[in-house]
Amino acid sequence: MALELELTSPIDVAKNAVASVQDYVRLSAQSVGNFFRPPIYMGDMLQQADLIGFGSLPIVILTGLSVGALLALNSASTLQRFGGITLIGQLVSLGMVTELGPLITGLMVAGRNASGMASELGSMIVTEQIDAMRALGTDPSKKLITPRVGATAFMLFFLTIIADLLGLVGGWAVAHLLFGLDTNQYWTSAWQILVFRDVFTGLVKPVLFGFIISTVGCYYGMSTTGGTQGVGRSTTQAVVASSVLILIVDFFVTKLIFAVFGVR
Amino acid sequence: MSTPALPGEQQVAATAHSSGYAIEFDNVSIAFDEKVVLDGISFKLPCAETKALFGVAGSGKSVLLKLAMGLIRPDSGRIIMLGEEVTRMTERELFELRGRVGIVFQESALFDSLKVWENVAFRLMENKIAPDEIERRVRESLKFVELEQTYDMFPSELSGGMRRRVAIARAIVSHPEVLLYDSPTGGLDPVTSNTIVELIMKQRDVYKTSALMVTHRLQDAFTMASHEFDKKKNEMVAIPKGQRGEVPMSFLILKDGKVIFDGDAQQLAASRDEYIREYIS
Ligand SMILES: Nc1ncnc2c1ncn2[C@@H]1O[C@H](COP(=O)(O)OP(=O)(O)OP(=O)(O)O)[C@@H](O)[C@H]1O
Ligand SMILES: [Mg+2]
Repeated sequence: MALELELTSPIDVAKNAVASVQDYVRLSAQSVGNFFRPPIYMGDMLQQADLIGFGSLPIVILTGLSVGALLALNSASTLQRFGGITLIGQLVSLGMVTELGPLITGLMVAGRNASGMASELGSMIVTEQIDAMRALGTDPSKKLITPRVGATAFMLFFLTIIADLLGLVGGWAVAHLLFGLDTNQYWTSAWQILVFRDVFTGLVKPVLFGFIISTVGCYYGMSTTGGTQGVGRSTTQAVVASSVLILIVDFFVTKLIFAVFGVR
Repeated sequence: MSTPALPGEQQVAATAHSSGYAIEFDNVSIAFDEKVVLDGISFKLPCAETKALFGVAGSGKSVLLKLAMGLIRPDSGRIIMLGEEVTRMTERELFELRGRVGIVFQESALFDSLKVWENVAFRLMENKIAPDEIERRVRESLKFVELEQTYDMFPSELSGGMRRRVAIARAIVSHPEVLLYDSPTGGLDPVTSNTIVELIMKQRDVYKTSALMVTHRLQDAFTMASHEFDKKKNEMVAIPKGQRGEVPMSFLILKDGKVIFDGDAQQLAASRDEYIREYIS
């Protein structure tokens, strides 16, 4: 291909961006709407749940444990200076449940599954399998997208709970083994600090993140153009876009929940 | 050469539509990024007829088939399939209509994560047909294309020609009223091509299916115009010269986005147009 500088007017760029957002919103709305319009592909949903949920388990366990341990380690030195090492359970618990648990699980699954969905659907687009499906009278949005959206939102919820728990275990290991904190004291303070708002925040986020990961992954997959190279491009873009979107949404959800429930 | 019998040999009579046409294109145009591919295409495919579609590479034959299926939409013009106006239907309405039409894509487009039998059964499973009935029909359909032994294989384990035949099995398993074949014999050896031509002829003569067949091999279309499928012998037989006018077979040639020929074999042979003469020589 010749190297040429394409001059695109800013207006065209803006128009394209708006069109893309429109397409994305339509795809997302449809994926949810499909839950109320049969047929619902339960089998495909279970298969995806297995792929996303159990497939992501090792990485979620690993990151959960290490982030919890790191959180404890980092805050311990500061806490020790002020003589508040007993607060370590509360710190790890709050940090994991409201923020880090959902966030790292979301980012990990985004890296793993948004890319997977984009490349799978992208390959199906470039090999005309999506057209073939439509030609056989099956709606790809129902057969391919909705099961992925449902399964990701559902599984991320549980993956996050697992990450939260393992984060607490990691924190306990550091607090107990390195700083000699009493096990009972750690778990009691970790448990007691949590109020409804924290748990609520921590459980709403993964559902949202799961929705973002799957819809963004599917959107980039379905809008793939230009052969194998296009599939690679979609895959990368899906990971970047879903990660960024997760970070942005995380910020606003946290802010919104603070506004609704009041700052602690 | 002979082909085994198709599922139950049930006669699926071509549904007569008020117009008597399976497909109608009326002044259809489409362009991709300013590049005009089809420019005011009009033609009609009578029910139970097979029309062979010619044109050089890139002349828009595949696009034409996808337009008929409603997979892409034209910039202007009307397309009517089985009496319903495809160009005015929503995607959701189209899913139902497409259930009555079978298509074989140029690159087969089999689902590569599904086994051969699941590919063929796809439409039947969607229609919630009983599992043993599905298995029976899938086996019969695969037998029809002589690929029973591939039942449990994945498409990636098959050759290109085998994939093409699985794609044909997938298209015919539900006895569609219209079939669209995109280069069914493209890139295949003469023996396999012949088998496929015979399959298509059987669909035309035994099941009276209306069809559009894109092809690069004029030879195939001429075979289809000069032979018919003999149900008793279960193979194709040549028709005596004098009676060939009765075969429901026609030809359509695309050039620069326009239809430059639309007629039967005799008319084609008699054409004085230089491009056409060169094309058929
Ligand atoms: N999705 C698309 N986007 C852009 N251009 C397209 C698209 N589909 C087809 N075209 C263009 O339309 C023209 C016709 O394509 P088409 O695939 O119909 O050709 P064809 O007649 O089937 O050729 P062949 O005999 O090689 O199969 C080509 O120039 C192609 O570049
Ligand atoms: Mg083509």
